[in-house]
Amino acid sequence: MSPGPQQPKDPRGSLVRPYAVTRGRTEPIRDIPIEAVLVASQSAVQEARFAGHDKYRIAVLCEPGAQSMAEIAAYCRMPLGVARVLVADMVTEGLLTLHSAAPKEGFSERMDLLERVLSGLRKL
Amino acid sequence: MDFASSERAGARPKEITSAKIVVAGGFGVGKTTLVGAVSEIEPLTTEAVMTSAGEGIDDASTVPGKETTTVAMDFGRITMADDLVLYLFGTPGQTRFWFMWDELIRGAVGAAVLVDTRRISDAFAPLDYFENRHLPYLVALNCFDGAPRYEPTEVREALAIPPHVPLIMCDARQRDSVKQVLVCVVEHAMATLVAEQGRGYPAPVG
Repeated sequence: MSPGPQQPKDPRGSLVRPYAVTRGRTEPIRDIPIEAVLVASQSAVQEARFAGHDKYRIAVLCEPGAQSMAEIAAYCRMPLGVARVLVADMVTEGLLTLHSAAPKEGFSERMDLLERVLSGLRKL
Repeated sequence: MDFASSERAGARPKEITSAKIVVAGGFGVGKTTLVGAVSEIEPLTTEAVMTSAGEGIDDASTVPGKETTTVAMDFGRITMADDLVLYLFGTPGQTRFWFMWDELIRGAVGAAVLVDTRRISDAFAPLDYFENRHLPYLVALNCFDGAPRYEPTEVREALAIPPHVPLIMCDARQRDSVKQVLVCVVEHAMATLVAEQGRGYPAPVG
């Protein structure tokens, strides 16, 4: 398998400390599962122009359709923890909508999801 | 998928649920190949930067000589419906990054432990890990070209795989074979959930 369409490693990785873009914050203001998807709000791209380069990139990425926390980190070439701090801020600021990860409680909720995933896999 | 149009129409955007299946196994066993065989995107890599035990306590950016370690995880995506996405996450190959595995399995549907029959001992650490976690998992033997072929019963015995854990053969390069592995993971998760419900066990949290 080829390594994929990712661009060469961002040279900033060796020049800027990973958490510099979050001004040193390492804890997101809310927990976001790695697989939870986010969608940009209607005016997110426009509003994020003034929210800094990294938030703007995230808004642009999530504008056409849902992207997971993992995809945002990968496409923006940021460490997961850094991307999570920014994304959590953007959810609070109303720029992104956080959608739900798989239900962890409730027999029927969990079974419904498993059935939907199973049927989706069989259709592949 | 155009979610914006429903927003413009004033309707509440549909809630999108995402699920994940974890693909574990030793280094070089074919996890990324397996993910790539069914993913709609080329497998992506997400990195987590670890600043040893001090993360969140001391500020790494102020300590010039601070050691950092990067843990890489490969993943793929299958969009099943406009409101359902399945992600496949490969665990980091190095087993010392257990804490990253803990995050990966949290909320997962289930896991497949991929085993290379040429280096069977590499599977001990991942199998130990899942034996002590409350997550449905199965073992998939990746049949490489020229790899020694063992009977599933021999492998089960060699790796001391418990009887309730399914063991299947696969070819991580073949889409249909990988699809079958994932179908088995979900079926096993459903059977486990039904059995737990019958026994009145609390819901697993992964």
